[in-house]
Amino acid sequence: MPNEAYLVLEDGSAHRGYWFGAAGDAVGEVVFNTTMTGYQEVLTDPSYAGQLVTLTYPLVGNYGINGVDFESRRIQVSGLIVREHCDTPSHGSSERTIHEFLESQGIPGISGVDTRAITRRLRSQGVMMGVIAADPGVGLARLEGAPSYDDLDHVRSVTTAEGYDWGRAVGGDGAQNGAERPLRVLVTDCGLKYNILRELTRRGCEVRVVPADTTAEELLSLEPSGVLLSPGPGDPKLLDYVVENARRILGRTPVMGICLGHQIVARALGAETFKLKFGHRGGNHPVRDLSDGRVYITAQNHGYAVRADSLPPGLDVSHINLNDDTVEGLTHRELPVFTIQYHSEASPGPRDNEYLFDRFLRMMEDFRG
Amino acid sequence: MIGSGPIVIGQAAEFDYAGTQACKALREEGVETVLVNSNPATIMTDQGIADHVYIEPLTVEVLERIIERERPDGLLPTLGGQTGLNLAVDLADAGVLERYDVRLLGTPLETIRRSEDRDFFRTFLHEIGEPEPENISVNSMAEAREAAARMGLPLVIRPAYTLGGSGGGIATTEEELEAIAQSGLAASPISQILLERSLVGWKEIEYEVVRDGADNCITVCNMENLDPMGVHTGDSIVVAPSQTLTDKEYQMLRTASLKIIRGLGIEGGCNVQFALQPHPSVAEVIGLEWREDSPYYVIEVNPRVSRSSALASKATGYPIARVAAKIAVGRRLDEIDNAVTGRTKAAFEPALDYCVIKIPRWPFDKFPHGDRRTTTQMKATGEIMVIDRSFEAAIQKGARSLELGGRTLLWEDPAWRADPLSAGRDGGVSAAGDGVAGDAPARGGVELPLGPNDMRLWGIMAALRRGWSVGQLVERTLFEPWFIIALGRIVKMERRLLAEELTPDLLYQSKRLGFSDVQIGTLADMLPEQVRNLRRQWGFRPVYKTVDTCAAEFDAVTPYYYSTYDEENEAPPLEGEKALVIGSGPIRIGQGIEFDYCSVHAAIALSEAGVRSIMVNSNPETVSTDFDSSDRLYFEPLDEESVRDIIENEMGDNGDGRPPAALVQFGGQTAIDLSQSLSQAGMPILGSSAEAIDIASDRHKFEDFLSSLGIPQPPGAAVTSVGEALQVAQTIGYPAVVRPSYVLGGRAMEIVQNATELIRYLTAATEMSPDKPVLIDRYMEGKECEVDAICDGEGILIPGVMEHVERAGVHSGDSMAIYPGLNLTESEVDTIVDYTSRIGLALGVRGLMNVQFVIHGGAAYRSPMSPPSMSDQAGASQGGGGATTVYVLEVNPRGSRTIPFISKVTGVPVARLATRVMLGHTLAEEGYPTGLWPRQGLVGVKAPVFSMAKLVGVDWHLGPEMKSTGEVMGIDRDFPAALTKALLAARLNLREGIGVLLSIADQHKAEAVALIQGLNRAGCRLYATEGTAAMIEAMGLPVIMTTKKLSEGHPNVVDVINDGSVGAVINTITGVSAVLRDGFHIRRAAVERQIPCFTSLDTARAAVESMLAGHSAYRIGTTRDYLSRG
Repeated sequence: MPNEAYLVLEDGSAHRGYWFGAAGDAVGEVVFNTTMTGYQEVLTDPSYAGQLVTLTYPLVGNYGINGVDFESRRIQVSGLIVREHCDTPSHGSSERTIHEFLESQGIPGISGVDTRAITRRLRSQGVMMGVIAADPGVGLARLEGAPSYDDLDHVRSVTTAEGYDWGRAVGGDGAQNGAERPLRVLVTDCGLKYNILRELTRRGCEVRVVPADTTAEELLSLEPSGVLLSPGPGDPKLLDYVVENARRILGRTPVMGICLGHQIVARALGAETFKLKFGHRGGNHPVRDLSDGRVYITAQNHGYAVRADSLPPGLDVSHINLNDDTVEGLTHRELPVFTIQYHSEASPGPRDNEYLFDRFLRMMEDFRG
Repeated sequence: MIGSGPIVIGQAAEFDYAGTQACKALREEGVETVLVNSNPATIMTDQGIADHVYIEPLTVEVLERIIERERPDGLLPTLGGQTGLNLAVDLADAGVLERYDVRLLGTPLETIRRSEDRDFFRTFLHEIGEPEPENISVNSMAEAREAAARMGLPLVIRPAYTLGGSGGGIATTEEELEAIAQSGLAASPISQILLERSLVGWKEIEYEVVRDGADNCITVCNMENLDPMGVHTGDSIVVAPSQTLTDKEYQMLRTASLKIIRGLGIEGGCNVQFALQPHPSVAEVIGLEWREDSPYYVIEVNPRVSRSSALASKATGYPIARVAAKIAVGRRLDEIDNAVTGRTKAAFEPALDYCVIKIPRWPFDKFPHGDRRTTTQMKATGEIMVIDRSFEAAIQKGARSLELGGRTLLWEDPAWRADPLSAGRDGGVSAAGDGVAGDAPARGGVELPLGPNDMRLWGIMAALRRGWSVGQLVERTLFEPWFIIALGRIVKMERRLLAEELTPDLLYQSKRLGFSDVQIGTLADMLPEQVRNLRRQWGFRPVYKTVDTCAAEFDAVTPYYYSTYDEENEAPPLEGEKALVIGSGPIRIGQGIEFDYCSVHAAIALSEAGVRSIMVNSNPETVSTDFDSSDRLYFEPLDEESVRDIIENEMGDNGDGRPPAALVQFGGQTAIDLSQSLSQAGMPILGSSAEAIDIASDRHKFEDFLSSLGIPQPPGAAVTSVGEALQVAQTIGYPAVVRPSYVLGGRAMEIVQNATELIRYLTAATEMSPDKPVLIDRYMEGKECEVDAICDGEGILIPGVMEHVERAGVHSGDSMAIYPGLNLTESEVDTIVDYTSRIGLALGVRGLMNVQFVIHGGAAYRSPMSPPSMSDQAGASQGGGGATTVYVLEVNPRGSRTIPFISKVTGVPVARLATRVMLGHTLAEEGYPTGLWPRQGLVGVKAPVFSMAKLVGVDWHLGPEMKSTGEVMGIDRDFPAALTKALLAARLNLREGIGVLLSIADQHKAEAVALIQGLNRAGCRLYATEGTAAMIEAMGLPVIMTTKKLSEGHPNVVDVINDGSVGAVINTITGVSAVLRDGFHIRRAAVERQIPCFTSLDTARAAVESMLAGHSAYRIGTTRDYLSRG
């Protein structure tokens, strides 16, 4: 028999299941994600740093772990919570089981719990801290001593230590054809997903990734065609060092902000951010493009949002979430910058929003003149 | 709005669900709706669903007359299945839409043509860069042979413009190519078939897509077929969402789906089917090189709401038909509310936090000798859906939901036990199906049915029990290994339950894997009730979770639940007075949509009476499982364990609350069968008591009961041994009707002519119901009649008397029925009313009752037309001449399949009224009199519709065993017009001047004289087999003799059918099996050419009389028009 484990939540509730992955406690903010496929992408998405992720789809690991669907070099979640994990995956590309994957990187998981009950709890009470532990009492004690997710700068733990080039431009099928020299995009890594880099190179861009704390001067000295501020974990209020640099490049080079990058741009221009009750995490969120009224299904993963009533003059809401009317995108009347709260790079999730990378490319081309 | 007409295989109740939802949605939008459908057994044709309801034949002529009268602004054909789309094309081609300025809504005309015409479709896919398997459309056999020579076999053959892939198949040999291509060309209304590279073994994946006029697109869900490519999706076990696709694959196919719906310009719903590269181990078996980039092909697009969209709607909670209807009248997805959450919009994609499985329900329990292989041509009549939090639990509940005589996944055919380890390498079920037929002799080393067929799921389980490896099973089944491995986990648990002590932990784990108390009891050597008691003792009860479209991200207002073994229960007992409506489960022959119709009405009536309705059902195609049909919906198997668990859940956690009463009269035999066990468990039943039900169902008790009332019934008895049977038959005389007790749809009922046939029947029937006796009755030829009645304990209301066109011996479900009884004498009607009233009162019926009668003596066939030349047989054809006796054949203390029909022709809301009576109201309180309801100034004719073209190898002739899948109704002021409409709608109408092939049994020849004269008068060319031709010649009429011996020269009977010389067949039969064999080819050929085939002289005479009376003299009207007097 597998070993019994408990998920203990901040509200004192304990949910019995059993260990899988690595043995050991795991503490983090408990969140839920409603996407039905893409657990490998979720596990390796740095935006989940510091969190225990509940997957609402009950069967996890069916197609195993492959060598391709990585969004970063390693597992980023602090722990995984599932109804059932599959130890007998079946897919031509599968190289190992989700259990083996978690175990190899020292990440604990809990299986066999009522994930729907947990999700309903988070939905009604809001996200909260939790711990995966062998014993409810020990778990609760551990939780009391642990720092709150909101107080930590998670970006520092996930950003790259050194800058690096993401391959060369690979020809691509985008707006680049016929251009004299490729667009050169700097991506500041606050916890980026590889698929952003893949989408840019697929469009013929040269991509260089730089650490989150790269200064504005350093960024501009690299003479980029544009800067993409990446997604990432945590509260943007703790990221003044990134926000300040962003402020200083706005207007001097085209900027696209995704997710945390969107919040950083908003804060750089003076807007405020706030924490959502239980966030948006999944692949089915409808977003309305206010310019034409069209609705797009988006991949989302964020716990914070930009306050619509805090926008400075010049900064406009371009997209809203159809479910709760929160801000999903921003444009600026003068500056070459646009941002989205959701994930145009998908992975996991619907690919309906890849066109936004084309928009960024056009913006960079226009700026270059 | 065009409905889909009668229920046939491939086009079933899902379109009543879609149409009903659409009508409601359009009403919300302030759109006035005109609905046309020939099928009375539908909720959509009820008063109050659409604004104007026409129950009229679905022909261009009829539709034009309705359009002319109603002048609609738009036509919405996408909710009426392929029938709706085809009629839309026909109406456009006939210039009707242009003439009356009717706008086609939903899907552009060009798209309807495109998606069904393969040449257009191929060009389209090429233009948008989506891959399609190599294929070619051909219009003749010569072209087909030439193409096959070039592409090589195996090839998939698909006829253009047909339902459920009828006439299609996979050809692996030249002979199969000839046969399938021929029938495919015949099945296609444009004589076109597609030959396509075979992708057998590839994964089959479907997406349901919705798009609005502003080009917003969403996918509702995707589905993965367990049966890989090669089996029609309607015949496949399907799981939602996909289980074995990576996110990249999921999104790749999703993106392709959106591209397709955009390219086709559909505004509404659409279904896209893909073939995706299979697992490497499957690829190896089919000789395919596995590739990293997951190649796929687009297989099929349905530019409309479909069976799959009904399934997707129920699987996700997302009401596709409702949304599609709103889109058709100009709404955008973001303007339509998500009725499940009440606060979000229809512009999103459902997130599932459970696993949904659909399993088809095939009719092979009724046709054990049919070809049981599943192919690209759909054969299932219905399906079940289950929801649970694991695959294993879902598939186990699914097996229980099929209602195959209590069969769980543990079931094995006794024949498989013969030689468990010697299963051979090839085959599976042979063409004759004898590997799975219950009555097949146990041969040494019987092969497990691992090929594509209806028994495969059980075959795989049996193989796993015998130690087959996953690899071996993948090789034989081409299933994705994941599914085999999951089934293997069930077998592992079976072994544990067999070997280990039943500890709380083991019991809980087995419940989590979906084991029923019955299964656990079998394996752990206990009674199911003991397992239940252990569960109670240890506190293991299922919890109920909500289907909410959003995986709990938002609060849901829709009370739509499924059971699972987990931590949190989301369904506390409903407050206030409440009652359970037990539904009727999957649609099968003998238990069709009529019972869903009744269940829906019961729920409505409960709510109207201030009682909260709780629906329990397992059928995803129906209105009853729509989230707004009841106050609370449990999507669960309809067996004792599930229903008792639900009742206990409604009693509250401590179980000391009052159990809600159950309504068992509306869900057909499924529900009535539960009455005894619920009653034993101390759970109350609303309406007639379990005891009354038992008396009506138990032969001995019923016989005593009737004779105590002095009401005659045909002599007979219940017997339990062959010896006893022979003795009884000797006493009552042959022919005799034999059947098992507790039956519905005349299951395995036969008329036997002699002792030999009786013995043959009994040896086969005992296998079917070992603990239930067999009933033997004297077969009494005569006029059959039936009534439905509502009894409040003091008085009884009979809405109307229905007489059958066919004489006794043809199952009532397969008979044409006429309302009112036009040919019954006053005294016969009085007797029927008197008997019905006395039976109802004496039995203590509260609620519904159906009584069947035979009027013996006088003419068996009485012509309602009664032209002098046609009534020259047997003297007084109006029944007044000879003394007649009314016998009671059977009493069913429940709603019958005629409830929708009789409700529609009399205006009495039978099911609703019965529900109120069951709640304790009296008929008088409800404003209804007792006795026979006044005869309406109209005539209604109900005609059965068959799906025989889909069931290869099944003989088709009318008899005591029910074979029809659906029905149509003709309604008009007079009988000839109503009959004409019924025949038109059932496609049984004869046209003057056509060729008619006759092969009449000797015993019917004398009776056939008038009919033959009638055909001659109508200018029909007569073809006949040897004996019949001699008779026609003797009558001095011209006739072309054709031999029925297929080996002896041409043209033979099949030739004249296949070459189109004859447009109808009249082939009467006797019970003798040699004659049955002779006629088999005639009837099969007629069925496959889709020309009328009459096996009862009575039906044929009605059709001839209708032709002679002139077809066109019918009116067009709404049901309200006909019901209003004057």
